[in-house]
Amino acid sequence: MHVFADQTNLDAYVSGFLWILKLTGASAFFALVLGVLLAAFRVSPVPVLRGVGAAWVNIFRNTPLTLIVLFCYFGLFSTLGLSFSDELDLNNYWLGVVGLSVYTAAFVCEAVRSGINTVPAGQAEAARAIGLTFFQTLRIVILPQAGRAVVAPLGSVLIALCKNATIVGTIGLIEASSVMKDLINSNGDAVIPIFLVFAGTFAALLIPTGYFFGWLANRMAVKR
Amino acid sequence: MMSSTVLYDHPGPRARVRNAVLSVVFGVGLVALLWWVYRKFDEAGQWEGRLWRPFTEPDTWTQFIIPGLRQTLLAAATGMALSLAFGIVFAVGRLSDRWWIRVPSGVVVEFFRAVPLLLMIFFIFYGVPFLIQGPVSAFWAVVVGLTLYNGSVLAEAFRAGIRSIPRGQSEAAYAVGMRKSQVMQLILVPQAARAMLPVIVSQLVVLLKDTALGYIVAFPELLQRGVNDLSANYGNVVAAAIVVAAIYIVINSLITMLAGWLDRRTQRRGFRATKKTTAGPAPVLEQAVTEPQG
Repeated sequence: MHVFADQTNLDAYVSGFLWILKLTGASAFFALVLGVLLAAFRVSPVPVLRGVGAAWVNIFRNTPLTLIVLFCYFGLFSTLGLSFSDELDLNNYWLGVVGLSVYTAAFVCEAVRSGINTVPAGQAEAARAIGLTFFQTLRIVILPQAGRAVVAPLGSVLIALCKNATIVGTIGLIEASSVMKDLINSNGDAVIPIFLVFAGTFAALLIPTGYFFGWLANRMAVKR
Repeated sequence: MMSSTVLYDHPGPRARVRNAVLSVVFGVGLVALLWWVYRKFDEAGQWEGRLWRPFTEPDTWTQFIIPGLRQTLLAAATGMALSLAFGIVFAVGRLSDRWWIRVPSGVVVEFFRAVPLLLMIFFIFYGVPFLIQGPVSAFWAVVVGLTLYNGSVLAEAFRAGIRSIPRGQSEAAYAVGMRKSQVMQLILVPQAARAMLPVIVSQLVVLLKDTALGYIVAFPELLQRGVNDLSANYGNVVAAAIVVAAIYIVINSLITMLAGWLDRRTQRRGFRATKKTTAGPAPVLEQAVTEPQG
């Protein structure tokens, strides 16, 4: 454990995971907003919107995230000149957030859409039969049930997002995986402890999160 | 569109008019947006013929894209075979009656599911050489990483699949005198594997996309050869990224279509006899599939 007794290494470790958490937080927010909007597109009666939603999901879900993140850097930033900040770290951070958000939004969209699909059609028919308007049906009958059904899939999307945040290291943000790589390269005698600390931190963050979402989903589930 | 029937009625004359108007409004907006994106690319000179011409020349394909694609498919195929084996072993391990098999299997599966794939690949590529005093090839770093992660996901999927088989099946097998290992081999695993077929195929999409992480350890797969090396020669990173992305999208869409076809096929054959119990195991399955790593 002598590696982490060194203050600079410890600082690198902390800042690496802080970047992961910041990436996860901001991307989760944008992906959720965008994903719910796309899901609304995909279930709307307007064919053009359905097409946009479907195209988004098929394009971004089938493209490797590494390619999307690289494109954000070499395409959006280097070639097209999109820049968020003069500070290199912060610029890479926001480019990473863009990549993670557009990618994760596709999965959020699918999770939300599958949640809406779990509500039996009879529920909406009954709501219309007693004279509720479209928005009343949505607000009182459909969304409360759909919302409960999406807790588990959204939980796994969030967990995957946190792990995927490591990929932003590709474009030069010194996040946890890059820190681990550097520490391994300079401390060949402590390879296993270094890996166990980094992997263990992810496990300690994500395994409880997984159980929490499982518990919450179970608690919220609409028993049919 | 199952969802459309949940949310609204079949449109009447007024709703049809309204939908048509909204289609036109949003359609125009979409075209304007695409035009704006096109203009932005144009301003940066990205539509110039010299950037796209390489893709009409056979050398680009034979020297960069096809070799890269071959490595990608090779890594994906190897990873898939190994992770299937890993998944079966650990699914059975987690269902064991002996705690000293069940608990370690559970720890392994939970651990590798929680650790980012990139961390695994870095450890194998940069860390393991210190331990074995010799180099590890980028190919094996990627394949072993893929195996550990996807194998763990598949183990969870298999476990859910085995548990979704009605208990009467194994009770009947025990009643005719089979041992536990026989019940597993002859009754449970074959049925679970069959019911899990669409899940397994969808996981292949995840695995194939994850091979792109090989880029980071300089494994010459499609992303490395197609975007990095190709654009180093022609200076057309945007064009190369678009072409390579299209290749990934086509391959993965084909695999997804295969998964959908398998799903319909098994459904028609009545292999979803446990459909009623979807409230139980099915969400677990979906959770396993929808994990959008890399």
